[in-house]
Amino acid sequence: MVIEHIDAQIPGAITDRHAFRGDQTIVIARENLLAVVDLLYREGFQLLVDITAVDWPERADRFDVVYHWLNLASQERLRVKVPVADGVAVPTLTGTYKTADWFEREVFDLFGIRFEGHPDLRRLLTWEDFPGHALRKDFPLDGGDAFCMEGCTAPYNNGSRG
Amino acid sequence: MTMESIAMTRQMLDGDKMIVNMGPSHPTTHGTLRIVLELEGETITKATPEMGYLHRGVEKLAESLSYQQFIPLTDRLNYCSAIMNNVGYAMAVEKLLGIEIPERARALRVLLSELSRVADHIVCVGVNAVDIGAFTAFLYLFKQRESAYDLFELAAGQRLHTSFTRIGGLYRDVPESFVPKTEQFLVECSAAIDELERLLTHNPIWHDRTKGIGAISAEDAVNWGWTGPSLRAAGVPQDLRKAQPYMGYETYDFDIPIGTTGDVFDRYIVRVEEMRQSLRIIRQVLDRLEPGPVMIDDPKVALPPKEKVYTRMESLIHHFKLVMHGMEMPVGEVYSATEAANGELGFYIVSDGGKNPYRIRVRPPCLPIFSSFESQVKGGLIADAVAVLGAMNIIAGELDR
Repeated sequence: MVIEHIDAQIPGAITDRHAFRGDQTIVIARENLLAVVDLLYREGFQLLVDITAVDWPERADRFDVVYHWLNLASQERLRVKVPVADGVAVPTLTGTYKTADWFEREVFDLFGIRFEGHPDLRRLLTWEDFPGHALRKDFPLDGGDAFCMEGCTAPYNNGSRG
Repeated sequence: MTMESIAMTRQMLDGDKMIVNMGPSHPTTHGTLRIVLELEGETITKATPEMGYLHRGVEKLAESLSYQQFIPLTDRLNYCSAIMNNVGYAMAVEKLLGIEIPERARALRVLLSELSRVADHIVCVGVNAVDIGAFTAFLYLFKQRESAYDLFELAAGQRLHTSFTRIGGLYRDVPESFVPKTEQFLVECSAAIDELERLLTHNPIWHDRTKGIGAISAEDAVNWGWTGPSLRAAGVPQDLRKAQPYMGYETYDFDIPIGTTGDVFDRYIVRVEEMRQSLRIIRQVLDRLEPGPVMIDDPKVALPPKEKVYTRMESLIHHFKLVMHGMEMPVGEVYSATEAANGELGFYIVSDGGKNPYRIRVRPPCLPIFSSFESQVKGGLIADAVAVLGAMNIIAGELDR
């Protein structure tokens, strides 16, 4: 239902949409994110449940930043995906949702996606001089040479460091 | 700039302020997390939480494990109520597969989830009371927690890391002695909750330490992304078991307790009442528990019984296919949320059709709650920070994943 409202008020914002097992997903461009979020907030999607990302290394826009919303009044859920290329910053949602603060820090920490306008974009789970971003697909499971003692093999990667 | 150097510079800049380091191994942090407090006398002027000490990269590990292999890792998220994590994860994969599990498996999942909710609330309330100085309540309650863990052991063979669910059902059926022992637990636990209330609910010292501490408005709680008992204590009647019923919760008769101010006392009352409601649900499950299978009858999902594997060729093939190639997963993405003891526990699974998940995201309920810690304690006393932290029920395993 809210998807029609987005269509009506911000025409062309939704570049792709699908429904799978009852989950509604829309894909929007990074430039339209703040306008769509503003609309969602006014439509009653006041609980920002989660922010995360998915890495697709072979794509030009390498990452999907994935937002999950819940409308407490109608119990409607919505997933919004924003594709971004490596090195491109996404506008922060900390202005509207306080909970975006740590979620965005976590995405920055594990994927290296920057959030433009975030008040305190530091790593959240790993330490400050951690080499790389752990949830990128090209980050080795055993952590790579920086974490490997001499002679150690990577048990899950069949010994390879790739 | 590291945390240490921030602490040093701040201290040098304003000499009358004091930096107190709480954690990473402090008796009231319950798990490894660290908070750097900046004090003016006893008043907190700044609180910088630092986490990640228990970060094991669960989401990264999931990408190299099959869907079934990830189940033991979910135990280690909220280790105080492991079964609820097992159930939440299994439900997410079942949603991705689009399968329904047998009735008895659903009922047993509800029963054990509610048992672990009681165990989890016992930890939260009991330990919160200890931190504030009420040791007796903790002792009475933890006896019941032991009984609940005995029941988990009876059902799953494990007390803490149960790994009780499988995709499509449960690892095994409960033994015959499980039902009478659960009935005994219902009686004893209900008496223990009454005892707890006699010790704390009308205790003026408890009131002084908890009322008005960590109060939050409903709008703020929603904006901070709070869910679960903490959100309900702030007056928002959001409980996924009622709002978006799953596993047949709509067929059980229970109430959702809510508070008004969201302070530590309201969160305590909400948790105590939720324990009673959970016992009510367990009672109803016991009354309607019918014999039947606890695993889906689908050779593409469930492993065939061992005797068939050894005697029938088809079962042997299914066994081999499942172990070597895993289940046939559709391509797609699902988000499935359950009402865990701390709030909305969500699993977001992206599948590319392979044996292993392409990405699993765990949405931990206590991360958004903990992110509001500074706003909760700023301007308060350092002793209240301990009360607020206890009532948030931060479980580091779930927080850091």
